[in-house]
Amino acid sequence: MATLEIRDVHVSVEDKEILRGVDLTVGAGETHALMGPNGSGKSTLAYAIAGHPKYTVTSGEVLLDGQSVLDMTIDERARAGLFLAMQYPVEVPGVSVSNFLRTAVTAVRGEAPKLRDFAKEMRGAMAELQIDPAFAQRNLNEGFSGGEKKRHEILQLEMLKPKMAVLDETDSGLDIDALKVVSQGVNRFREGGETGVLLITHYTRILRYVKPDFVHVFSAGRVVEEGGSELADLLENEGYERFVKAGASG
Amino acid sequence: MAVETTKPRSADTGRPRGTLHEKASYDVADFPVPAGREEEWRFTPLRRLHDLHKDAVADGKVIIDVDAPPEVTVETVGRADTRPGKAYIPADRVSAQAYASFTQATVITVAKEVVASAPTVVSLRGEGGVAYGHTTVILEPFAQATVVLDHTGSATYADNVEFVVGDGAFLSVFSLQNWASDAVHLSHQHARLGRDARFKSFTVSLGGEVVRIAPSVAYDAPGGDAELYGLYFVDEGQHLEHRLLVDHTQPSCRSRVDYRGALQDEGAHAVWIGDVIIRAEAEGTDTYELNRNLVLTDGTRVDSVPNLEILTGEVAGAGHASASGRLDDQHLFYLQARGIPHDVARRMVVRGFLGQLVEKIDVPELREQVRDAIDKELER
Repeated sequence: MATLEIRDVHVSVEDKEILRGVDLTVGAGETHALMGPNGSGKSTLAYAIAGHPKYTVTSGEVLLDGQSVLDMTIDERARAGLFLAMQYPVEVPGVSVSNFLRTAVTAVRGEAPKLRDFAKEMRGAMAELQIDPAFAQRNLNEGFSGGEKKRHEILQLEMLKPKMAVLDETDSGLDIDALKVVSQGVNRFREGGETGVLLITHYTRILRYVKPDFVHVFSAGRVVEEGGSELADLLENEGYERFVKAGASG
Repeated sequence: MAVETTKPRSADTGRPRGTLHEKASYDVADFPVPAGREEEWRFTPLRRLHDLHKDAVADGKVIIDVDAPPEVTVETVGRADTRPGKAYIPADRVSAQAYASFTQATVITVAKEVVASAPTVVSLRGEGGVAYGHTTVILEPFAQATVVLDHTGSATYADNVEFVVGDGAFLSVFSLQNWASDAVHLSHQHARLGRDARFKSFTVSLGGEVVRIAPSVAYDAPGGDAELYGLYFVDEGQHLEHRLLVDHTQPSCRSRVDYRGALQDEGAHAVWIGDVIIRAEAEGTDTYELNRNLVLTDGTRVDSVPNLEILTGEVAGAGHASASGRLDDQHLFYLQARGIPHDVARRMVVRGFLGQLVEKIDVPELREQVRDAIDKELER
């Protein structure tokens, strides 16, 4: 059973403190929505958890199943069961989707899957996400539309089967059909009840398809309000203004 | 064979050249000994040329073996043969020295309308010392062939290679610089294209201490199509230089240049010069040249200089681009965030960067060879 514990995490970028003490625990079978205005530090939290070198964790702890991930390299964290669906997946010229996926799956599972099994698994996962099979031979994210990139992030999520998924604005830039497809993928990922999801979003739209158990409101680098899914409805109606003030006064 | 001296005029048309390629002569004396400040020599480490630019005497050997299918004629000829030097007049001192100094030339001929059944592989194996050479490849009209020049071993070698591609013929050339780490190689590789002729060259430079390859293309008639690709991987202390010249003197011809390289470790130096001239009479020219370099470590140096000179207002397309940059941290982060270890991720990105060109190699065995060679470089 997976648990992600974020304890009093402070993060700086080039000596500027962005996160000012974040506490948040995601348990197995739970989906947490992290919501907040632009610039509140949501993505910083996602990158810091994944280990992006630009973000320095100055104090606090991040534990996956009780083990500190801050001492791990980026790839060790992924192999330990962390997954970050990127807001802006980068294009990698000359590296095909299928080569990338097979290398990643091999690294995470610790052994290379049989070619035939892998091809079948990939085709199946692509079909579920309504991805054209021809994409397997295309260069990773190169020339993909915004929606295609996001579908591929969820494709990776479904194939790598992490314990804990951090989804950084996976809903941004998606039309309603793509949003439904992507949401179904996230729901498949969490249906076993053994995985956790930290869903970072600016809008409440995706929460209609991926129901959160908890909602956290983020402002000025901290969690300023917590509640159940009803908190999302409140945000939908009232916006972030009230919480922005709360963050500033804190 | 008498060495004729010519005025600085274009070999094929007699018209004055533009500013990019001023001089052409068979006579070494027409070229002063370079001091290192000249535009065409300023990037080249003259002190490491073993005097190739200062009349170095041939005291070594490069053994040449040719493996050709039966329909391709291979001859070894002396200086009396009139074919070598017909398509190309040397454009710098070392090239003129090589022309004046070779004793035997290899002439490869594919007769009219003959389609070669297999690649012709010319193995050039250095056995130490200074050597000069000459190779002439002639495709008669509508012939088709693939020629591989595979350079291995140790040598201080200067040579000229001519490709005469007849009307409607198609020549595909691979020049592999797989030299030992102490080799010095200066080479001019000139292609001259007939009407509607196609020429595709692939230069792969991995070995050698100092390698300077100068591929050039001239068009004799409209409709010519030249694609020049190049891959290089520069290691510690290596100087790999590629100087391209595409001279559009005829209307409705096309050229594409795409050279990509990776550099790693102290003193690795890559030079890429891409000169394209579109003459006043070359209306409807379609050209694009590109050079990209991927810097893997500190201590390397890249000089990348594209020059495009357009003397007509009627071009179909003309462009150039040059970009040199470090391995992208965002690429590595993305791959590592999917569990792929750093060294594997790095290899994937470099392989991907060069691989887009490797994919264009249409001889499967060669493609595998080049891929393996790049992998070896990456494992260093």
